[in-house]
Amino acid sequence: MILGPIGFTTPWLLLTLVALPILWIILRAVPPTPIRRRFPGVALLLGLKDEDSVTDRTPWWLLLLRTIAVAAVIAGLAGPVLNPRAEGEARATGPLLIVTDGSWASARDWREKIAVINGLLAEAGRAGRPVALMRLSDPEELEFQAAESWRSRLAGLVPAPWAVTPAMMERAADLLGEGSFETRWLSDGLAYDGREDLLVALEARGPVTVHESPRPVLALRPAAMTDGQIVLSAARATANGPRDIMVAAHGLDPAGVLRVLATLPLQFDATATEASGALSLPPELRARLTSFEIAGEETAGSVSLTDDGLKRREVALIAGREDREGLELLSPLHYLHQAFAPSADMLDGALMDVLPANPDVIVLADVATLSGAEEAALLDWVNGGGMLLRFAGPRVAASDVSRGEEAPLMPVRLRAGGRTVGGAMSWGEPKTLATFPEGSPFQGLVIPGDVTVSAQVMAQPDPTLAERVIAQLTDGTPLVTRKRIGAGQVVLFHVTANAEWSTLPLSGLFVQMLERLAVASSVTPPDATELAGSTWQPVEVLDGFGKLMDAGARPGVAGERLLAEALGPDLLPGLYEGPERRVARNVIARDDMLAPVAWPERIPVEGLERAAEMPLGGWLLAAAALLLTVDILAALALSGRLWPMRTAIGLLLAVLSLGTPDRVMAQDDTRAIAATAEVVLAHVITGNSALDDTAHSGLIGLGQVLSFRTSVEPAEPIAVDLETDELAFYPILYWPISPDQPTPSAEAYVRLNAYLRGGGLILFDTRDADVAGFGAASTNGARLQRLAAPLDIPPLEPVPEDHVLTRTFYLLSDFPGRYTGRPVWVESAPPDAERIEGMPFRNLNDGVTPVVIGGNDWAAAWAVNDRGDFLFPVGRGYTGERQRELAYRFGINLVMHVLTGNYKSDQVHVPALLERLGQ
Amino acid sequence: MSLLSAPLRARAEAEAARLPPLLARAEHLAGTVLLGEHGRRRAGLGDDFWQYRPVQPGDSRQMIDWRRSARSDVQYVRQREWQIAQSVMIWADPAASMRFASDKNLPEKAERARLLAMAMAVLLLRGGERVGLTGSSLPPRRGQAQLARLALALMQDSEADYTSPDMGGLVPHGRALLISDFMGDLAGLRGALTAAADRGVQGILYQILDPAEEVFPYRGRTIFESVGGTLTHETLKANDLRARYLERLAERKVELGRLCAATGWRLGVHHTSENAQSALLWLYRAMDGGTMA
Repeated sequence: MILGPIGFTTPWLLLTLVALPILWIILRAVPPTPIRRRFPGVALLLGLKDEDSVTDRTPWWLLLLRTIAVAAVIAGLAGPVLNPRAEGEARATGPLLIVTDGSWASARDWREKIAVINGLLAEAGRAGRPVALMRLSDPEELEFQAAESWRSRLAGLVPAPWAVTPAMMERAADLLGEGSFETRWLSDGLAYDGREDLLVALEARGPVTVHESPRPVLALRPAAMTDGQIVLSAARATANGPRDIMVAAHGLDPAGVLRVLATLPLQFDATATEASGALSLPPELRARLTSFEIAGEETAGSVSLTDDGLKRREVALIAGREDREGLELLSPLHYLHQAFAPSADMLDGALMDVLPANPDVIVLADVATLSGAEEAALLDWVNGGGMLLRFAGPRVAASDVSRGEEAPLMPVRLRAGGRTVGGAMSWGEPKTLATFPEGSPFQGLVIPGDVTVSAQVMAQPDPTLAERVIAQLTDGTPLVTRKRIGAGQVVLFHVTANAEWSTLPLSGLFVQMLERLAVASSVTPPDATELAGSTWQPVEVLDGFGKLMDAGARPGVAGERLLAEALGPDLLPGLYEGPERRVARNVIARDDMLAPVAWPERIPVEGLERAAEMPLGGWLLAAAALLLTVDILAALALSGRLWPMRTAIGLLLAVLSLGTPDRVMAQDDTRAIAATAEVVLAHVITGNSALDDTAHSGLIGLGQVLSFRTSVEPAEPIAVDLETDELAFYPILYWPISPDQPTPSAEAYVRLNAYLRGGGLILFDTRDADVAGFGAASTNGARLQRLAAPLDIPPLEPVPEDHVLTRTFYLLSDFPGRYTGRPVWVESAPPDAERIEGMPFRNLNDGVTPVVIGGNDWAAAWAVNDRGDFLFPVGRGYTGERQRELAYRFGINLVMHVLTGNYKSDQVHVPALLERLGQ
Repeated sequence: MSLLSAPLRARAEAEAARLPPLLARAEHLAGTVLLGEHGRRRAGLGDDFWQYRPVQPGDSRQMIDWRRSARSDVQYVRQREWQIAQSVMIWADPAASMRFASDKNLPEKAERARLLAMAMAVLLLRGGERVGLTGSSLPPRRGQAQLARLALALMQDSEADYTSPDMGGLVPHGRALLISDFMGDLAGLRGALTAAADRGVQGILYQILDPAEEVFPYRGRTIFESVGGTLTHETLKANDLRARYLERLAERKVELGRLCAATGWRLGVHHTSENAQSALLWLYRAMDGGTMA
């Protein structure tokens, strides 16, 4: 029924409004009820008569208030809806598929998109249509379910920090299955390869409607260094007039706090899809940058992480002799200046003056002796990660440095005098370089034929010499040697830094060698040869909204994949750390273009602002509750019971809290006390009441057995709502898995992870050991994998024979529940665990395994009703009883394991202790 | 495994924990009162030395203190100070009407009554008196062990709304301390006091009242119930009753005063909102005055 803009879902309920006058009459007849009050002095009151015996009548305005409240309740229950869908539009029937791109670009307007999905689900729920949801960035099997069960999962639906690849599109098309359904597609507005094919596949199954935000998506390309300036460029999908954006450069301030260090305004011209600008920052500030971000965008694509590429190294150049003024080309530093000038900032000055600036590299060209203080300071600096680059020369050759024993700041011992080859007074030809040895940083560089060495200082043959040589001549004499000191290193070129002793500084090889030594490597991105065979560990990763998160225990990425492969679930954008440097993998590459998607004419495209249906029932009911609260106050005032101010204030607060129905209720103290006064077993509320009841009665049964047999006497089990309840009170959480349970929200996962790190244990039970092997084969298994993916779970293994779980109370060899046979998985033993001679078991896990995963449906085996009868049959006859007994024993062992930790494991030490006691 | 049975252990511990605090708080309260041995200041049976006196005719040889006598030619008898222990009987009303507090920040009347009774017992036992309860349940005895027995006996609650003291096992010429709100029928009390006066027992009536009982701050249509639930009184306007209630309360106090005057007892009134220490001081002075005489 529709009245003006308001429709009613159950209009027949409005007929009860007729009953209101009757209510009026009844209310009028009943006086207010008296207060009952305890009072010891009542003995003195006996026999006292009231002076005036006026009976109280309810005043008319109070009656009116109550009548309006009841009318509001009736109207609210009749389900009024503002802006109901027109008849024809809302009548679509059959299944509904909601497709969202779920890419980084979807993160913009994500709230609006969720609102649209919510509206679609609400409509589908009213029409009783089954719904499936598909995220193209991570396509999964279609599950057509009731709309309500999807709404509870919306909190867990987040955009992925990558773009949709053609492979994902193909997979999504493959997963569509046969049946026909209507499709609503929430597009992010970007063109992806394969979108048309998917569209065709969807159209084959029913009508398709696209929802798309008209605002173009913005993206920020990685920053580049050009002429000492940081060049930033942004791209947008469509050119829709001029637009100003602000790019913020984030970095750590000297106190280590992340803040905006600089901002750069960029302007898109009216017809341009690109805008760029340059940011000039002092090197000290530039070195601190961690990311750039388009302000206000909040997508992974609008964030560009920086890596070592932006950092210009600071190089301090110190020469041993500065007396040859005017002879530029003979200056020991000339070639170094030339090599470093494009890519590094150079510091000049005395050694002790430049050290406090903490340069990345200090070059000592033909500096032989250092004073004690200088040497100590340099050693400190190298230990802290500095790189000392030394060049030989006449002074080094003539000095006694590193002759008898190796100087701390020299990689090798040197022979007196050095040698000269191929000169006028010597035999033989100048020497050339040998191919760089395996493991040398220079490995793979091409050696030009014209590089010759005519003089050098010679290294003393020492046991450590071979491993320190990173470049040598064709006759095997070392040319470059390196020694690591603490976090830093000392590298010695056995020739001069000018062209006096060799032609090396004249060649391009010299610059390449310096780059490889990471002296001047800044601007070049790592190339394929450098990446090959290395593993890169993620340090921080981006989520879909462009927030940086700690990478946690994510696996490393092979170097070949790092830059070549498209981003996806296995390769998140973020900062990766390799052997020598850090590399940022951004969502947007340097030359990526954003192209808008072009939908064919036949597809209707809607915006994200739907004039959503607005159910008014809740507001009417809230108004009724408010009126009734006012009624309470008025009734109290009339009967003289509104006298202490406390009551009034309390009621006022109650009204205020009623006004904000979505406010999270404060954690109930009594619940916390009940949970902590005694040991309490807890199970997770899955939303499936049969499952929750089984879990509850299972824990009751286990608690009874624990009380009978052990000193653990658990109280009544508690059902835990992951979204609202504090988890820290419970030593163990039993989590049965069902395919339709909601995904917890991000905050719930944060608390679950905190719970696991704090020593809690979660027992996951997929309850399907009768039908499935382990793995994703069963729906429950697949659901478990999805539920547990965000949890911080260590590597697992099936319970080994000598796991402490097999002997915390009973000696067990397997862990049956209602079903038997599936392996039970626990945290795997450390790889270095060894069996000690004479001990029955290894000294394993120093602590409690955070998860136990299995599918034996233990709760069903434990479950009893309130008379103590078993609720579910287990096996048959005596063997069944035996199996139930073993299930209880597993439960007892598990609780003991949680409560006593590795106490039983410590028994390995008993023989040793007894021996020490002399018994 | 129900919630009721499971925390049995915890509840038992909580119950058991109530005794030591009552004792401790009573001891603490009693510690604020300085006391001295109230010797008779004359020779008699006692522990403390009083004097040596020369042997007089009629003294037995056994009574001679040979050690003192050996130091002189005269023979001496060693005399001790005469110390008497009084028997004090305490009654803290266990009735349901005492388990009332008008505000959650105030202690119940029963709690205050027990605290004062225990504190008095501590002081008196320390002073060497014999302390017991009225009636035949716990006759007066000396010593620290009596303290624990007293504490246990005082924790007993009665279901009845109003009770009166049982003056059964009264020790003649002892002392008595009756603590109650005296809200019930006064006939029982009158009988008890008369019986006590007959046996030469003197003592203190100590009335403990809640502030609400003194001011009657109620309004509106109300059904007043006694704490035990046996008596009810309904009124349409409670505020109209105030003046007449207060009048009756005052009458009752006068009645108690008259009773005391007739039997030579003393009457004290204490409110639970007041300091327990001043009440104890008053009680001790009132009791001390009698004992010292």
